[in-house]
Amino acid sequence: MKKRKFGLLISSVVATGAILAACGTDEEKTDSKDTSNNNTGSETNTGSDDDFSIAMVTDVGGVDDKSFNQSAWEGVQQFGADNGLTKGDGGFDYLQSQSDADYNTNLNNLLRRDFDLVFGVGYMMADAIGEIANDNPNAMLALIDSADVTASNIANILFKEQEGAFLAGVVAASMSESGKIGFVGGVDIPVINRFHAGFVEGAEAVNPDIEIQVNYTGAFDDASKGKIAANSMFSSGVDIIFHAAGGTGNGVFSEAKERKAKDKDANVWVIGVDADQYAEGQVDDSTNITLTSMLKGVNSAVIDIATKAKNGEFPGGTTTVYGLAEDGVGLADSRGAIPQEVMDKVEEYKEKIASGEITVSEEKPKQ
Amino acid sequence: MSFLEVLYFIVPSALLYATPLILTGIGALFSERAGVIGLGVEGLMIVGAFTGIYINLEYYADFGKNVIWLALLAALLAGAVFSLIIAVAAVTFRADQTVTGVAVNMLAAAITVFLVKLIYGKGQTDMVSAPLQRFEIPYLSDIPFLGPLLFQNVYSTTIIALIVAVGAWFVLYKMPFGLRIRSVGEHPMAADTMGINVAKMRYIGVMISGALAGVGGASLAMTSSGDFSGSTVAGQGFIAIAAMIFGKWHPLGTLGAALFFGLAQTLSIGGGNIPFVQDIPSVILQVLPYVLTILALAGFIGKAVAPKASGVPYIKGKR
Repeated sequence: MKKRKFGLLISSVVATGAILAACGTDEEKTDSKDTSNNNTGSETNTGSDDDFSIAMVTDVGGVDDKSFNQSAWEGVQQFGADNGLTKGDGGFDYLQSQSDADYNTNLNNLLRRDFDLVFGVGYMMADAIGEIANDNPNAMLALIDSADVTASNIANILFKEQEGAFLAGVVAASMSESGKIGFVGGVDIPVINRFHAGFVEGAEAVNPDIEIQVNYTGAFDDASKGKIAANSMFSSGVDIIFHAAGGTGNGVFSEAKERKAKDKDANVWVIGVDADQYAEGQVDDSTNITLTSMLKGVNSAVIDIATKAKNGEFPGGTTTVYGLAEDGVGLADSRGAIPQEVMDKVEEYKEKIASGEITVSEEKPKQ
Repeated sequence: MSFLEVLYFIVPSALLYATPLILTGIGALFSERAGVIGLGVEGLMIVGAFTGIYINLEYYADFGKNVIWLALLAALLAGAVFSLIIAVAAVTFRADQTVTGVAVNMLAAAITVFLVKLIYGKGQTDMVSAPLQRFEIPYLSDIPFLGPLLFQNVYSTTIIALIVAVGAWFVLYKMPFGLRIRSVGEHPMAADTMGINVAKMRYIGVMISGALAGVGGASLAMTSSGDFSGSTVAGQGFIAIAAMIFGKWHPLGTLGAALFFGLAQTLSIGGGNIPFVQDIPSVILQVLPYVLTILALAGFIGKAVAPKASGVPYIKGKR
């Protein structure tokens, strides 16, 4: 009995000690961090006009993923060029994440290197950004594609994918000869649902009777599934497919190209996503099956946020949404594939959406 | 779509999905039958996919559409050479075969993406100008029902895969060479006392697996994605291993399992038009192959028994 009490006493003493010790170091830590951040703050303040430095952390995609990481990096580079910065400390830079575990390390690394504004690209970074923002209250952070984590020092950036997809729907419904169009999605998640919703609304705005086939393949990296989904749609008479499926979308392109290569007169088109996917649609020197691509202007959003932050108007704690009105989304150059009268129609809807006359739904439409 | 139209779509699509699985699954089978765990086939597929796309891109100007044959051949050689890493580690140095396989998978994924960046300066290659394409088999495609079902939309690699599967059965079960391969996988000491060179047979088994997985990877990349990136081969190697297990380490079983997996994946995508199937949530069809593999391993669907000496290094003179 005595022994047990003694043990309890010892363990409670140790526990209290540990808790107190933790408190102590914690306080010290935050103190030191605060001062260091203040230092950097004052440094940038003194020379803020000419050396505002920015950096970004990619998600696992990397800066050449032909998608939003690449677009964000282009924005960072553009901002650097416009402001006479060089790559490296005090200018602009990026760190690539090989896995989810790298997000925190990479963000911390960049903050320690005294970058004034650090972007986290992709919704997968949300948790990491939240933690880092909590640990570094004076750091300026921006999170692209997510508003799940908010703090006074995080600027959230979202896009109205549905507005760009609406225009894609307008193009598809206007150009379809069979009256059947298709949508191939990656995983059934809110961001892909926004593409889906906009596409359906845009198509139905032009042609209420249009038949829209929808297929969520359940993967972003399985081109075979994309190919099978596209084959299924094309076989049943669909002539234009809009994909929002990342690497799975490659299969959509290869199916369409195969049909075009086999039969020059086949009426098959693909609308690309995120970046201009014209190169993916090249069948031979004279034929291309990419009708257009729905662009997501991550680069212009990055430049916009960075410029605001540089001018002392960092939109921390708020969510900035980029839609058609802000040129955050749009369609790529069709290189003549889309006739002028359809382009005029697109332009007309674009103005209606930008002015707020039409609001596009974000919710996945019911089948 | 009418029922027939659906069928004419489902069967060729299932064959398309199954083709790389058949090739790679048969490859893994040779390795396991020789007594070396075939876990590295995912990595070997990646090497094959990279090599195929690289050769296709670089030599299209010289060979035109025929470059695909050169690409497949190069993928075969690259896979066989890369599999030597497994053979040397697992057979000569008696390393843990599971760890070796995993290491090869990681090495292949890293080295190919590195090479793409080195050669092309970006994260993925361009799309190839000469992808593998469907063709019609003359005369056979005119047969009613069977023609449109099997012979109007054929990929050459599918035919190769079917020949490989049947050929593997013939080699493994009807030829002395196959008997030797199987004997070193079941009881290497007995094989050794009968004068069979265990190490040599295992090297051959592993290299056949590398060659077939390489062709499987190249056929996957050149039919579906059309380019090579870090996510071109995303787990198909493991699905092929699952097909081999579900097929009970038998070539024709593996063939059947791969076809079944292809069918399940196709139904999960294109099943929306088929009565009955459209009522099944697509998630269930997507996970079906894996669930069935687990059940097969757990002994519910017959008993799947691995070759006895698979995973065990052979040490001469040791009991």
